[in-house]
Amino acid sequence: MEYAVEMKGICKSFGGVQALNNVDLELRQGEIMGIVGDNGAGKSTLMKILSGAYQADKGEIFIFGKQVEIHNPLDSFKLGISMIYQDLALFNNLDVARNIFVGRELVWGPLGISLDKKKMYRRTEELIKDLRVDIKSPKLNVARMSGGQRQMVACARAIAFQSKIMIMDEPTAALGVTEANKLLGLIKNLKNLGLSILLITQRIPDILAIADRVFVLKGGVRQDILNVSDITLDDVVTLIVKGKDGNSEIVDDVEYQSFG
Amino acid sequence: MKNNPSQFRNLSGNIGMIVRNYTPLLVLVASIVLFSFIAPNFMTFNNLRLMVRQVSFVTISAVGLMFVMVAGGIDLSIGSQIIFTNVVLSLMMSSTYGLGINPLIAIPICIAMGTILGMANGFLSNTLKIHPLIITLGTSFIYKGFGYIVAGGRNIDGLPDSFRVYGQGYVGPVPVPIIIMIIVAIIGAYFLHNTNFGSRVFAMGGNQEAAHLVGINIKRMKLVVFAIGGFASGITAVLLLSRVFNGQVTTGAGIEFDALTAALLGGVSFAGGEGTIMGLITGVMIIGVLNNGMQLFGLQDFYQNLIKGALLLAAVGYDQYQKSRRAKEKIAKAALVSQ
Repeated sequence: MEYAVEMKGICKSFGGVQALNNVDLELRQGEIMGIVGDNGAGKSTLMKILSGAYQADKGEIFIFGKQVEIHNPLDSFKLGISMIYQDLALFNNLDVARNIFVGRELVWGPLGISLDKKKMYRRTEELIKDLRVDIKSPKLNVARMSGGQRQMVACARAIAFQSKIMIMDEPTAALGVTEANKLLGLIKNLKNLGLSILLITQRIPDILAIADRVFVLKGGVRQDILNVSDITLDDVVTLIVKGKDGNSEIVDDVEYQSFG
Repeated sequence: MKNNPSQFRNLSGNIGMIVRNYTPLLVLVASIVLFSFIAPNFMTFNNLRLMVRQVSFVTISAVGLMFVMVAGGIDLSIGSQIIFTNVVLSLMMSSTYGLGINPLIAIPICIAMGTILGMANGFLSNTLKIHPLIITLGTSFIYKGFGYIVAGGRNIDGLPDSFRVYGQGYVGPVPVPIIIMIIVAIIGAYFLHNTNFGSRVFAMGGNQEAAHLVGINIKRMKLVVFAIGGFASGITAVLLLSRVFNGQVTTGAGIEFDALTAALLGGVSFAGGEGTIMGLITGVMIIGVLNNGMQLFGLQDFYQNLIKGALLLAAVGYDQYQKSRRAKEKIAKAALVSQ
């Protein structure tokens, strides 16, 4: 099977700390895969390697079957990968349209440097409409938006450039229940548009609600990839806490409270 | 008909918004009105033309500085760049002390030199990873030092007469520096507000880490914005030398503070990511009106400095107040949404 993303033997350490140890990951085309693990498990590090924010010390990456080198975020973008960061990486001083197109502005004129503002605002309006999100105008400043609206701007940015693979880092972490549900609906929408999605989250119920499979990391080591249809919340939490060998020092009785 | 309370709220909100957005313009208009009453000859054509010509030098430097500031940096070495390039330019052209080079050849070299001095600030900022405030404070001493060494204590005269036109010439009734100021401001506004480069400068000043994550090359951008600052300083050096017509190490000294004050007064944020060329020009005009008006009113230099210093603090304080207000609004809105 040709995977959308295949990472093989990824290793990464920071100073003396081994953040990822020989990690393999396979994301199928058009699926939503949840990436879970406790704090410090290496979820964000693994995804930042895929997005070009970090570089792996060792390992190989294949995108749609082709081996690639990702040295920086631009390389990753050119491969059709978008990452929506936990802290959103938006620009509070810019409006919605400028946020979506920053770094890849639509231009016109013989020099190819003049901003095509009309086209950018029109395209943003279309994106807002396509995604059915609650943003009144592309000229709104994102600093004045709620957390959910900001997430949607970040999603729209990925859609605008026809990303094929989207990585979302804790997208619902700072949202209330209503906004989180809206966003989960939007993520399903994105899957229907053909995107392959990697979703990092501490909220296991979110994964069970929308993901096809779940990838569990513990201490920088891959534990397993599970089909969501075959598992319960307890299975995931047990794997996160105890690992595949079940040799955690944590007490046996695992009770899910809240990772959110 | 009943009064609708929300109408009053909207009205006061709108007035508040107008005051927030147009404060620099209101300050400028108030200053002009004030001095037209208290300062003799303030509102004459000749005085206003003189005033605009005086501010044209600061404006050109301030446009360059604005690129650096919007990108989230600062350049305190502008005055020293001008001192150094001014001395070098005068030596290149002087028939008495220097090489007697034709101004048409010497001027581009001087502007290129300013650009390189500016770029050096960007390079040092990238390499040493120290805040540009410290870097440019250091280079301001270095550039000034070089200026003094090259000048060797001389006032460099013997400049060619054809060089007068840039700082002393007129096109019709309009002094050449004003025309150059307008051209620089238009080009600056185009690049800052209407190009992909300008969009990235704003992005970088708004959130440098996010700018890196969307693929903007931060190091290259830093080099370019500082180079633009240096380029503008080079032009200012040419105009000031032509105006003074004598290479001196005092020409341009301290201009960065006027440019910085003007930028802050005009709404350019000290933290980066905000500002408009129109706002900047308003800020420069405020400084010009105050300088000119206070002189005509007969206030001595130290009073003028005192007022300009107070204005600088007021502008930074106001900028900070607006930011904390917006942050509070955002927190309140987030709390409302999560309820």
